[in-house]
Amino acid sequence: MDWSVLTDNRDVYLSGLWATVLLSLAAIATGTLAGLLVAAVRTSRIPVLAQLARGYLEVFRGTPLLIQMLFIYFGAAYLSGFAISVFGAALLALTLYQGAYIAEIFRAGIEAVPRGQWEASRVLGLGRIQTFVGVILPQTRAIVLPPLVGQYLSLIKDTSIAVVIGYVELVRQGQAVIDRVGDPATSYLAVAVLYFVICYPLSVLVRRMERKAVLA
Amino acid sequence: MTTTTTDRKTASVSLVGVHKRFGALEVLKGVDIDVAPGEVVVLIGASGSGKSTLLRIMCDLERADSGEVWVNDVPLHDRRRAPEIFGHVGMVFQQFNLFPHKTALGNVTLALRKVRKLERGEAEERGRAVLARVGLADKADAYPAQLSGGQQQRVAIARALAMDPAIMFFDEPTSALDPELVGEVTGVMRSLAEDGMTMVVVTHEMRFARDTADRVVFMDGGVVLEQGPPEQVFGSPAEARTQQFLHRVLDT
Repeated sequence: MDWSVLTDNRDVYLSGLWATVLLSLAAIATGTLAGLLVAAVRTSRIPVLAQLARGYLEVFRGTPLLIQMLFIYFGAAYLSGFAISVFGAALLALTLYQGAYIAEIFRAGIEAVPRGQWEASRVLGLGRIQTFVGVILPQTRAIVLPPLVGQYLSLIKDTSIAVVIGYVELVRQGQAVIDRVGDPATSYLAVAVLYFVICYPLSVLVRRMERKAVLA
Repeated sequence: MTTTTTDRKTASVSLVGVHKRFGALEVLKGVDIDVAPGEVVVLIGASGSGKSTLLRIMCDLERADSGEVWVNDVPLHDRRRAPEIFGHVGMVFQQFNLFPHKTALGNVTLALRKVRKLERGEAEERGRAVLARVGLADKADAYPAQLSGGQQQRVAIARALAMDPAIMFFDEPTSALDPELVGEVTGVMRSLAEDGMTMVVVTHEMRFARDTADRVVFMDGGVVLEQGPPEQVFGSPAEARTQQFLHRVLDT
């Protein structure tokens, strides 16, 4: 292997890394928000809304992210004539797909909080949203955080799928280097290492949180 | 029915013909109860007699299927007006239901800040005062998990008291406690009663009922079977079912 490929194209890899990090951070924010909202609706027992939330979950967990992203970028534009940016389509697909999994993580946490917490809050005069935010959510931390960060790991790796709609991120930049100088072995290895560098600290964090949760 | 109307205006709690069923099980079969301001009413009866359900209906945690429920002048049978009751009555639960992620002071001040919209300083001042009232001034910064069961229940009482409730409801407040911790909770309840708090208490603590209640209500099979001053209900119960029940609980 010729390592000079890496040093010569350092800026290309770094710009790809930055684009991956940017999409990851944005999707973590929007996916978490979407998951939280869907979980709140799903545990609310409001008949129609709870059913809608369930339908959403089934659709987005039952189809591949790849297809969802292709549909949002190409299909929706074809149907409506409304053009969405590559970044926007990638972010929307990741939000909807990951949001479905994150919603189930939050739901498990919310349902583990005893009903008496809702009742005590209600008699004190707290509203449903005040109770959810101020009383219920803080108590879900120990249950929710380990699987949530685990889900973020899979989200970060899933950003690579955005390559199919032309988002220029880490994988795409690795390919760009290969197109120019060849040597797919070194280049793909470099890309893999860069993903690992982002993901490994999170992976350690999950393990540490899980150990703490067991001890608690 | 002009008399009931005037009664309803002066009563703290007034239930008329309350029915409640859970699926096939009819828990309340037409209950009428009035509680006067400042009165301490203790509900006794075997488990399954409907007394806890009745208490939960009084603070709108359960809905009556039919009948009228007036609490602090709010008609709880009117779905639109029922939420007016929240924040104006206190409820103390068997399982305490303290907020585990908040300190004793945090538990007591949460609703003062979010519902009463008090400033932090003002809320904490009031919070410390009610914690002192239940003898826990020195535990303000402790989390529920660091407190004994009796202390936790006293924090729960303080949390309810902080809102300056018109009525306090207690749902078996000492049933989850070790026997040696019961006294500190009933002691606080007794002092509330002496201060003139209107209270409705579901309990198996017959000594508390005898010492503190103005009226004891015996429930059986979803109806009020017998009621009166404690010396009458305990001393010379009129109904055979009451005698049997008292014999069972007092003999153990």
